[in-house]
Amino acid sequence: MAETGYGKLIKDGLWSNNQALVALLGLCPLLAVTNTAVNGLGLGLATTLVLVLSNTTVSLIRNLVREEVRLPIFVLVIASFVTAVELAMNAFFHDLYKILGIFIPLIVTNCAIIGRAEAFASKNSLPRALTDGLAMGLGFTLALFTLGALRELLGMGTLFSQADLMFGEGARGLTLEMGEAYHGMLLAILPPGAFLGLGLLIALKNLLDGRRPALKRGADARAEATGPGEG
Amino acid sequence: MARLSRQPVIAAALLLALFAVAGTTLVALTEQQTRERIADNQLQALLGSLHALVPAETIDNDIANDSVTVSDPTRLGGAETLVYLGRKAGRPVAAVFTSMVPDGYSGPIRLLVAVRTDGTLGGVRVVSHKETPGLGDKIEERKGDWIHGFLGKSLTNPGIERWKVKRDGGDFDQFTGATITPRSIVKAVKNTLLYYRDHGDGLFRPAPRGTQTDRREPHG
Repeated sequence: MAETGYGKLIKDGLWSNNQALVALLGLCPLLAVTNTAVNGLGLGLATTLVLVLSNTTVSLIRNLVREEVRLPIFVLVIASFVTAVELAMNAFFHDLYKILGIFIPLIVTNCAIIGRAEAFASKNSLPRALTDGLAMGLGFTLALFTLGALRELLGMGTLFSQADLMFGEGARGLTLEMGEAYHGMLLAILPPGAFLGLGLLIALKNLLDGRRPALKRGADARAEATGPGEG
Repeated sequence: MARLSRQPVIAAALLLALFAVAGTTLVALTEQQTRERIADNQLQALLGSLHALVPAETIDNDIANDSVTVSDPTRLGGAETLVYLGRKAGRPVAAVFTSMVPDGYSGPIRLLVAVRTDGTLGGVRVVSHKETPGLGDKIEERKGDWIHGFLGKSLTNPGIERWKVKRDGGDFDQFTGATITPRSIVKAVKNTLLYYRDHGDGLFRPAPRGTQTDRREPHG
């Protein structure tokens, strides 16, 4: 049962099955809005909210929905939530909304959301679907935020610029600057920079993952050498 | 699954319809709850950008709702151009043109150009553009001071023949690696000033009904 526990769900969402870095889903918003850390965080959180809402709903209705029409129904559910979230952001985070603009409605086309609805939420209980939605969403947010921070830092020499749009005036001081001498690497801001950055992040993740089995193998080998392990 | 109902198609259709109704209801309710706030946000955003060019204390009319639409594609860019009118005690103070720059480096650039009644600029702001990040986008206020260079300028300061970027023998800076963007904006601002010189007086009349009645009140 350890394989299906909540810990596993969270680890899958944040790392092992990260929708952006492993499943490579939702690349359209991922590549388009990650020019600053704040943009990445904003769209990531909006996506997480939609993912939690849609996973919850799909899980609740999973015994009601007929096989033949399940996909249109999932699409309807997701589209309704995205539209509602878009309206809410326009009302309560207007400045951020103006920057993220077209990409909020495009959350509908994020394959990660319908992917989780179909592959997980439609087959699992409410608390598990909720956990999965939250973990997958946060994993996606983490990837968006990291890529945004990386591109912003390399491309513009700042970090958390316009944080005030999201967290209010008090967050203006969060903005870090590398100083006047740094003129920015244009490539990082342009669309190709998004692909290169994503490639680097995936490589980094694979590198980190690749080390663990090697360490484990090393430990196993040592255990065998010293005597029978616990198995 | 199909055994549960004799007519699975109809059951499926009804189910789908049910969800369509539920989804639409959710969206309609959210829209209703947020409508007022969104309209208010948009008004505040518009007022914010207008007041940056025409300070709120210099006018007393409802500038966001006091506008005329004019048409001069060669000088103002678009087929139709909205002009916001700032007045104090009924007298014209400044006109804010929503000019368009037709020849930006990558697509049109939308501007707000405030012209005071004495023909000087109250300022220029870029509303939207698609110029190259890191090069042409220094025209944005938050990325550089360049756009502030228009404040107080007019067709006589510098002279009309100096309304060019420095590379072309004028008074305005270009950017390293991006000359086309500043050049096109300088030209568009100059054209807006020329339009104001020739047609500026016509903009402020007729005054909108609300303002006109106010002016005829005894205290006005």
